[in-house]
Amino acid sequence: MAYLDHAATTPMLDEALEAYVATAREVGNASSLHAAGRRARRRVEESRERVAAVLGARPSEVIFTGGGTESDNLAVKGIFWARRAAAGERRRVVSSAVEHHAVLDAVDWLGAHEGAEVGLLPVDASGRLDPAALRAELEAYGDRVALVTAMWANNEVGTVQPVGELAAVAAEYGVPFHTDAIQAVGQVPVDFAASGASALTVTGHKLGGPVGVGALLLGRDVAATPLLHGGGQERDVRSGTLDTAGIVAFAVAVEAAVKGQQEYAARVAALRDELVERVRHAVPEVVYNGDPTDRLPGNAHFSFPGCEGDALLLLLDAQGIACSTGSACSAGVAQPSHVLLAMGADDDRARSSLRFTLGHTSTRQEVDALIAALPGAVDRARRAAAYRTPR
Amino acid sequence: MSGGVDSAVAAARAVEAGHDVTGVHLALARNPQTYRTGARGCCTLEDSRDARRAADVIGIPFYVWDMADRFHEDVVDDFVAEYAAGRTPNPCLRCNEKIKFAAVLDRAVALGFDAVVTGHHARLGADGLLRRSVDVAKDQSYVLAVLTREQLSRSIFPLGDSTKAEVRAEAARRGLAVADKPDSHDICFIADGDTRRFLAQRLGEQPGEVVDASTGAVVGTHAGAYAYTVGQRRGLHLDRPAPDGRPRYVLSITPKTNTVTVGPAEALEVSRVRGERPVWTGGPRPEAPVECEVQLRAHGDVVPATVALDGDTLHAELRRPVRGVAAGQAVVAYRPDPAGDVVLGSATIAG
Repeated sequence: MAYLDHAATTPMLDEALEAYVATAREVGNASSLHAAGRRARRRVEESRERVAAVLGARPSEVIFTGGGTESDNLAVKGIFWARRAAAGERRRVVSSAVEHHAVLDAVDWLGAHEGAEVGLLPVDASGRLDPAALRAELEAYGDRVALVTAMWANNEVGTVQPVGELAAVAAEYGVPFHTDAIQAVGQVPVDFAASGASALTVTGHKLGGPVGVGALLLGRDVAATPLLHGGGQERDVRSGTLDTAGIVAFAVAVEAAVKGQQEYAARVAALRDELVERVRHAVPEVVYNGDPTDRLPGNAHFSFPGCEGDALLLLLDAQGIACSTGSACSAGVAQPSHVLLAMGADDDRARSSLRFTLGHTSTRQEVDALIAALPGAVDRARRAAAYRTPR
Repeated sequence: MSGGVDSAVAAARAVEAGHDVTGVHLALARNPQTYRTGARGCCTLEDSRDARRAADVIGIPFYVWDMADRFHEDVVDDFVAEYAAGRTPNPCLRCNEKIKFAAVLDRAVALGFDAVVTGHHARLGADGLLRRSVDVAKDQSYVLAVLTREQLSRSIFPLGDSTKAEVRAEAARRGLAVADKPDSHDICFIADGDTRRFLAQRLGEQPGEVVDASTGAVVGTHAGAYAYTVGQRRGLHLDRPAPDGRPRYVLSITPKTNTVTVGPAEALEVSRVRGERPVWTGGPRPEAPVECEVQLRAHGDVVPATVALDGDTLHAELRRPVRGVAAGQAVVAYRPDPAGDVVLGSATIAG
């Protein structure tokens, strides 16, 4: 099998899995006062320090959560509620048009249910945000903005955003800036303090840790209203018994991914470049989407003119090649990617796209398998597209 | 794979027969929540998840194909237009003709598949002849008779040799959770089963007269002739009883004058049926009239008849008169056979 979908989830690192299993064998609730509880607490706090150390945060800024979606929701809704509570006119949420649905749908929900005003920043043809557009937005609405949220790197097309510049603009206007760095950590250098962000989302399973554990890095002076109420385990912003084994494994994975980032990026980007070159050779009319240079090392995203992405996916899957259309499904029906539409692609191009993402286990043999299967799949998908209903 | 028991078992049998099988669920509603609620149908998100779960148990890939626009144009709009024209369409038949064994099959063949497998209860053997299922009560050959030879040559119906009870038992044995799922009966795109209201929402109120066929007298009014079907007795709400005091039935619907004509049961009797757009798959197209049996609606009675083809028309002379023959339904000709009655051909009953 050729697994070319590491952006969906990537295999756990051996050291993370071992740490998980070893910790999961131990009993202890990190909130308990007895020895077993203290041991669990110690593991959690050591993990917090490890995560903080490699991501440029203070330990107290690390809030463990149940993963990326929760972290994004906590940042977007929590900061919105806290800012609005402090000053009622701050009801505008500024986001980019290419955010992951964990951010975009949280923003939409605030608009539909909490009276939020939504400002969506456009991107250019490569999927990149322009800090000048954020400046214009804040110049026009600065006093009314509750928060700005913009991803570090795009999960579909891999474009890396100018996060430092965006955060600096937001800071000028005194507006908290959240960044969803789920796809970025371990792939590109990420330093919370240096970025100037007020909040940053990271999750375990995209970097070799377990599914179901992540963190929100939340600046010490950034107020957020909790989503989950209960024991207040995490800085009173997040409740729920701490997942000690998950947190330990997460920290091991984050540390390994960040420390190995440079070496990883060089190796994976070289393989990715080879993949891109060979795909272009095999299917000359292919369109390479995203920023050609400022992009995630493992990401290759294409449009195949005249094909439907979901037909290609089916055909490649039948040959043991796992990839993704990158876009969301609604009731199992592929929707045209909002990211590509925001980049100015038409409906056909948006539906014709396919994402291949490499990771720490990727090999040249997997690329070989893709290149062997791709031309035939493209031919068939083109023939099938002739039977598509015109929309 | 609708999410029901039949298509799940059909898929499992196709795998067992050595085929390389991929499960496909059709998304037919433009808004997946609108067609059905509850678990009695085949078009809800829950049904899609049931189908996916069955595919996982069988161990085959599973995809949802969006056929909503095609389905709406070719089946739903056609359904409404046919009623508006005073006919009584069969949407399952139309869906087989235009969607399952056309749009889906064409796409599948282009993608490299050889055939469409469905859970229909009908037999299609090595001789290429379509026959009734061994389970006569569940037989669906009537709604498949519209398929052409080309369509049949790329179709597989693995359930025709089994009764519904056997299919359910097999599903349970195979660990398919849909084993006990109730059958779907109604029209899948009419969520509450109220066809009259569905049509009224689309065609609006069209008040008109109900006329007695023998006297020509107006005996009542209606809110839309489209809501009536030939042979219908209930729901006429007539103001005046018939002179002979016997019940009256819908004899015909005339969209031009928006009139529903009623009369006694005998007046419903029909001995000759004319069909349009004939399909003949039971052998070479006959030059001479054929002695056979015909069925004039789904699960309807079977009557001996002589059937002849004349250009784009099929004529059936019935050996005994039949009541309640509605334009828009199919006339299907069968040749009785101990190995399962063979579908010879079919046509759409003309009005």
